[in-house]
Order: sequence, then C-alpha cells, then structure tokens
Amino acid sequence: MATQAPERTRATFLPVSDPDAPPQHPRPGLGKPTSEESFTLVGTWVAALAMAWLVTQRLLPLGGWAWLVVAWLALGILFTVVIGFMTGRRVDVVDRVAGAVITSGALVVGAALVSTVAFVIFRGWEPLLHANFFIDDMSGVGPRDPFDRGGIAHAIVGSAIQLGIAIAVTLPLGIATAVFMTEVGGRLAGVVRTIVEAMTALPSIVAGLFIYTVLIVAVGFPRSGFAAAMALSVMMLPIIARAADVVLRVVPGGLREASLALGASRWSTVWHVVLPTARPGLATAVILGVARGVGETSPVLLTSGVASFMVTNPTDGVMNSLPLYIFKGARSPEPMDIERAFAAATVLLILVLALFVVARVVARTRTTARRPSLLRRFRRPTQQETR
Amino acid sequence: MTTLPAVDSSFIDVPEVAPRKLARKASGVDRVFELTASAIGATVLLITGGIGAFLAWQSVPTLEHYGWSFFTESAWQPEADSLGIGAVLVGTLSVAAVAMAIAFPLAVLTALFISEYAPANLKATLISLVDLMAAVPSIIYGMWGYFLVMPHAAAFALWLQQNFGWIPIFQVDSDPNAAVWDVSRYVGSAFCAGIAVAMMVLPMSCAVMRQVFSQTPPGEKEAALALGSTRWGMVRTVVIPFGRGGIIGGTMLGLGRALGETIAVLLIISPDFVIKPRLLEVGTNTVSALIAGRFGDASAAQLSALLTAGFVLFVITLIVNTLAAIIVNRSRSGAGTDA
Repeated sequence: MATQAPERTRATFLPVSDPDAPPQHPRPGLGKPTSEESFTLVGTWVAALAMAWLVTQRLLPLGGWAWLVVAWLALGILFTVVIGFMTGRRVDVVDRVAGAVITSGALVVGAALVSTVAFVIFRGWEPLLHANFFIDDMSGVGPRDPFDRGGIAHAIVGSAIQLGIAIAVTLPLGIATAVFMTEVGGRLAGVVRTIVEAMTALPSIVAGLFIYTVLIVAVGFPRSGFAAAMALSVMMLPIIARAADVVLRVVPGGLREASLALGASRWSTVWHVVLPTARPGLATAVILGVARGVGETSPVLLTSGVASFMVTNPTDGVMNSLPLYIFKGARSPEPMDIERAFAAATVLLILVLALFVVARVVARTRTTARRPSLLRRFRRPTQQETR
Repeated sequence: MTTLPAVDSSFIDVPEVAPRKLARKASGVDRVFELTASAIGATVLLITGGIGAFLAWQSVPTLEHYGWSFFTESAWQPEADSLGIGAVLVGTLSVAAVAMAIAFPLAVLTALFISEYAPANLKATLISLVDLMAAVPSIIYGMWGYFLVMPHAAAFALWLQQNFGWIPIFQVDSDPNAAVWDVSRYVGSAFCAGIAVAMMVLPMSCAVMRQVFSQTPPGEKEAALALGSTRWGMVRTVVIPFGRGGIIGGTMLGLGRALGETIAVLLIISPDFVIKPRLLEVGTNTVSALIAGRFGDASAAQLSALLTAGFVLFVITLIVNTLAAIIVNRSRSGAGTDA
C-alpha cells in the first residue's frame, strides 16, 4: 500500500510497508452502507428535492410535477457529484454518480410500469363495481347508457373461445415440433428449426393479414372467431415451438441416456423421461405464449369483426374479443365508451397477471419432489411400470 | 504373487456367442414415433414456411408493376395507381428510432441495476416484474401512451422545439412562441408513438441484457473488486465488456419488435403519407398501421400491395432478429442464452 520509493540511488531498497498505517483514502464499502453513507445519500436527495421545488415552482417558469421530477433527478446527480468531491476521490465520485444514474433509471422504469397499471385501474374502476359488467353483453346498450347496463361477457367469452381453439391447434403442434427438433433430429429438423426461428419475427399484423387474404378473401370464409383463432395460431405457433425447443434442449442428456441404457424405446424415453422433466418449463413456455396471444389485438382486428352481442359459435359470423373491445372503445369519442374500455383493460390486465402468476407457480414446482399419491402407491403396478 | 483365476472353458458349455445385432434403424414403436414426429415437423415447416413463401409470391406482381418506385413513392393512392411505401417505411423507422432512443438507455440501466445494484433479496421480484412488464398487452401501453402520456409529451415537444428547434428533427411546422399554443400540431407524432412502443420493447431488451449480465463469471468480478475497484469500476471493466453481445443483441431484438408494433401506434398517430424527418410534428404512418388502416376497403390489387408492404416489414424484422441472434451467440457471453 504505502510503498514510497526512496530517492533514486544505486542501492536497492526493500519496499517499506506499514500494515498499521491507515489507507490514504477511506475505501468505498461494498456491503451494507454505513450510517454515514446512508445519511449522505438521503441528505443528497432530500436537498435535491428541496432545491428542485425551489427552482421549478418558484424561480423558473417550469411549473408542474413533471418538471419537478426531472429537476429532482438532475439536481440529485449534481449534488451527488458535489458531495462526493467533499469526501472522496474522483473514482469514488464516478462510482457514486454511476450508482445514482443506474438506480434512478431503474426507478423511472418502475414508475412507468406502476403508472400504467394504476392509470388503467384508476380510469376503469367504476364499471367494474357493477356485476352486470361481467355477465351482460353490449347488445342494445347505447354509448351513453349508465354503467348498470351492458357488460363485456361477450368479449370475455369470445376471447376464451378464440384462445381455446388457438391453444388446441398450437399446443400439440408446437410441442410435437419441439420434440421432433430435439429428439429426432436430422437434416430436416435443422431446416424446421431455422424456419421456425425465422417465423418468430413475423409481425402479428402480417399474420392477421395472411389469414385475412387466404381464409376470408380467397376462400370466402366469413369473418369469425375461427378465422381470428387461426390468425392467433399462426402467430403463436412459432413462439411456442421455439420456447418449447429451448426448454427441451436443456433436459440433461444423461437422463435420456440412462433411460435408453435401461432398454426403453425412444418413444418411451420421450414420454416418460424427457417430457416429464421438462414439464414445468413447457408449462411456462405455453402460458407465456398464451399471455402473449390474449392481448394481441392486430391479428384479431383483421379477422374477427366486431359484435356487440354474445356469439358462441366460432364459425358463425363476427365475434368480439377483449383486446378488440378495448381498441374500439378507446377510439370512440364517447367518454363512457372510453371508461368501459379502461374497465375491460383492467380485466385483461388481471387475466394476464393471473396467467403470469400461474406460470411462475408451475415453474417453481420443479424443486419439490412430489410423492406419488396414496392411491397410486397402493395400486397394483401396471405392466407398463413393472417393465 | 497374484494369479489370475483360470477358467477352463471346456467345463462350461458355452454356446457360440454371436454379437448382438445392432440396428441404428428404428423399429416398432420407435418407427411410428419418428415418422409421426417427422410428419408433424414437416407440417409445421409447410405452414410456417408457406406463410413466408405466400407473402413473397404475392409481392411479385406488385413489385413488377411498380418496380423500385414502390420503395420510394410516398403516396398511397390506389385509385390514382400510385402507391408506395416510402413514407410508411420512413415513419416505421422513425417510430422505432424514437422507441430505441428511449428504451435502450433505460433497458441497460435497469438490467445493470437488477444484476449488480439491487439487494439480493429483491432480485427475484424485480426479474418477475420485468417479465410481467413484457406480458402486458400492447393495447394497454397504447392507452397509457394516448391518454396519460401524450399531453405531457406534447408539452415536452414544444419545449424541445423552443430550445433545440434548430436541429431538423426537432422542427415543427408551427410557431413555438405563439400566444396560444397549438397543441394539435404536437400530438399524434412519431415521438408520441415512440414513447408507447418504448415501453413495449424495454422489458424485452432488458430481459436479454440482464440474463447476459448475470452470466458474468463471478471470479472476474471478484478479481476486479480485490484489485481495489469500486462497484462501478467493476461494472465498467468486467460486466459491460462481458455483456456487450447481450447489450447489442437485446437492443436489436427490441428493435425487431418495435418495427412490427401495430396497435399502440395505430391508436396514437394521425395517419399521414409524407416523408419527413420532423419527429415531433403531428402525422406519420408505419407499415403495420397502414395495413391495419387500409385492409378493409382494399381491392385485390391493393391487398397484394398491402401484402408486399407486410413482406418488406417481415424481411426487415427477420434481418434484424437474425443479426441479433448471431451477435448474441457469437459473443463470449452468448453460450446458453435463448435470446
């Protein structure tokens, strides 16, 4: 540390070090901040807030909370520099400024997320208080009717039907394709993987336009829930296939080899070893793909048409869905329609959140070893299990 | 001394041992399994590849008819037989550029915060929050951008014009010092749309970057700290160089998403078919918003032109995504990253 070289002479000196000497500068700690550091940090930002208020609200013509926040961030960083130079070297100052910038950047992102969720709920809470919002449809309800009339049941049911069909199509196809890519392999699998990865880049609106051109214009199929489901499937299939492929690829090869070495056929290896091992990951991939599909508006916009009444037959004409209902409401000039759209957006947000939580819970069960159920343990082993 | 146990084979009646026949070819159940899987793989290949081929095939007559002017013509007037995607391409790029200019720094900062600065017990929560942010439907960000942010964005645009109006991209065709401020000139711009799109691409880029940052070898980080580096010094000299591929790749993946975004843009912009660099001014258009706006009343020829526009967008997105994947995989940190 303190290794001062004596004046240059011809003789060689051993470096002198004094282990008891204090370091020249206080070292920045990496663990928990000391009380002094916390005080400096809090003091800096409180002072910056006060200064920002003074500057924006009293001195400069920059009223409004937006400028206050901007000035607070800028002054906070400036004060960090000043206070940093009072106690430390340049390196410490740069460190502190970087910490402040990084933390405030993350806070800005957090604030944007919170403001999105809070704003949607704040604008749409009123219709949600009426039970009919969830069990009625909008047939015969005018844009100025009060909130105790009409609801979005038709949109929810439409979304559920369209997604149900899309899942029924994409889930088996997607997972089977992933199995083909990882477990069978070969030259064809490489081609499939390349094409599937390329198609994840397909913009959702183009997927919608494709189905519109082929199914509705060329074949003459009516605009319907089925067409919308096909558009969603086209969009979701590459996403789910690719995510499932990634999950299956990380199944340890040792498990496969152990199963094959025990004499299992490749099919039973896939069915009894690979897929069960990857089950939580597969579930997460599928659920996130579904969460993407439930909120996707553009393919539905082109293919399903808008209905204000309950439609349960997917092949029978126009059908509404949640994102489409929100989109039409948000573009409406009527304030009540906009408020209903916000309420529907809250429902959609809750739906996505629920799917997301389910995905997390499913993914987490990976570590807990499940015991077979009591019934299973007392049941006579079947031929399959004894083999 | 050890002696090997000698086995006199003549005592044991050993049948003639033939090596078990090894067949690499699958048989029985496996044959069925392989064939089925291959059939499904081929089907999916046909479906997905068919879409790309169909788009390409549909674009041929349009491109033959209009030639290169399809890419340079800015008007979209099918009745006058003059249409092109010049203006919408520029609009698409400008919205994406605004989105990336906002999302890139925030994504890097957030990823660094989560991987290096956040308290350890908060990390898992923050990661799920970013994932959740990615799952929020784009229509909701569109409403957020349209109803909450746009008034503030317009005010900020006015401020930018007043102070930086000499830069061409901040010019607005309106008097910045008018007594009554003409709000309608500042809303519905590429800038406003870019803010909403930034919210959509930010979590995606951030997730890729964070994943790459978190793979930094702890030994190298500890070595930097042991040499007396501060936390930022460690981040600057170890984490960022290690994660450079992830930063570039994540940004490009976000760019790919930003180029194709439809609904939020459609909700916010006022459609306009003019090539202009003035980001803050009302009126712009993107390829996807063009498709969403014009598909309904399109004739067969016009539909083919829309499909061509969609194909061009798809090709651009594909190139950007492929480059991103290559960069992430080539970089030192790319191993095991599913970008």
